[in-house]
Amino acid sequence: MENLRTLIVDDSSVMRKIVERCLRQAGLSLAEVLEASNGAEALAVVQNKKLDLILCDINMPVMDGLEFVKQLSGLENAKNVPVVMITTEGSEAHVVQAISAGAKGYLRKPFTADQVKEHVLPALTAK
Amino acid sequence: MIMNASSSPFDSDRERWMPTLQLAAQEVFELMLASPLTVPVQPPAEESLDITSMVGLAGELCGVMSVRCSTRAAARMASQMLGTDPAAAGAEMWDALGEICNMIAGNFKNKITGLGDGCVLSVPTVITGADYNLHSLVNEEIRIVLLFQDDPVVILLEVHN
Repeated sequence: MENLRTLIVDDSSVMRKIVERCLRQAGLSLAEVLEASNGAEALAVVQNKKLDLILCDINMPVMDGLEFVKQLSGLENAKNVPVVMITTEGSEAHVVQAISAGAKGYLRKPFTADQVKEHVLPALTAK
Repeated sequence: MIMNASSSPFDSDRERWMPTLQLAAQEVFELMLASPLTVPVQPPAEESLDITSMVGLAGELCGVMSVRCSTRAAARMASQMLGTDPAAAGAEMWDALGEICNMIAGNFKNKITGLGDGCVLSVPTVITGADYNLHSLVNEEIRIVLLFQDDPVVILLEVHN
């Protein structure tokens, strides 16, 4: 789990920065941190980059996080990249939808750096 | 606070909505800003509340959640969230306040039994300026005023039954 190439998908630039800070506070070694503000932008990134980890919001304009995860699972070069959802949507239905679509973790906002670590590490080892 | 009767499945929780909303807001500030939202001893003067963030709720609970504060307070919130200088907050304070409102709304609905699956949130909208009137089809509201570093923060949940 060294030098991770990570993509953070959230329509809030503030939240993208917070997630990156939490990953660094969690002690993860990040070789590269890429950002996207919606699922469509994220799909464009994954088609051109080899990634180790994706953290993704659900409620976003253009393409939401659930649709992104579904489409990701159809991409040969990216279908095995672990995705952890980070979202305000905490319902059981959303969790089931996200995991069914292929997400490896589900973290509700608000969160702490420790909680990010607790959700990201198992997702990386389950890769 | 005005409460109307309803047959919603989460109806039994309604008397707990105000303390639940307060707890939801306080958790967001403690976890994401590492700064408490405190209950004022005296009602604070609600002056210069010139930035408002709103998130729509749809489904079993329809309405609007809003968070209103001063630009100074919003800049400090962004600063606390990002670990930067408040003077450098710029446009990020709008983004930060939008996310705060979004997280309070999400945290609130996730705490209300039976509501999580049946209510969806919009992306946040932020209004700057204090001189406006907002008209919505509301027949119930919960309003709380808390302090963020001595600045008032007004949190309003307007519900259309």
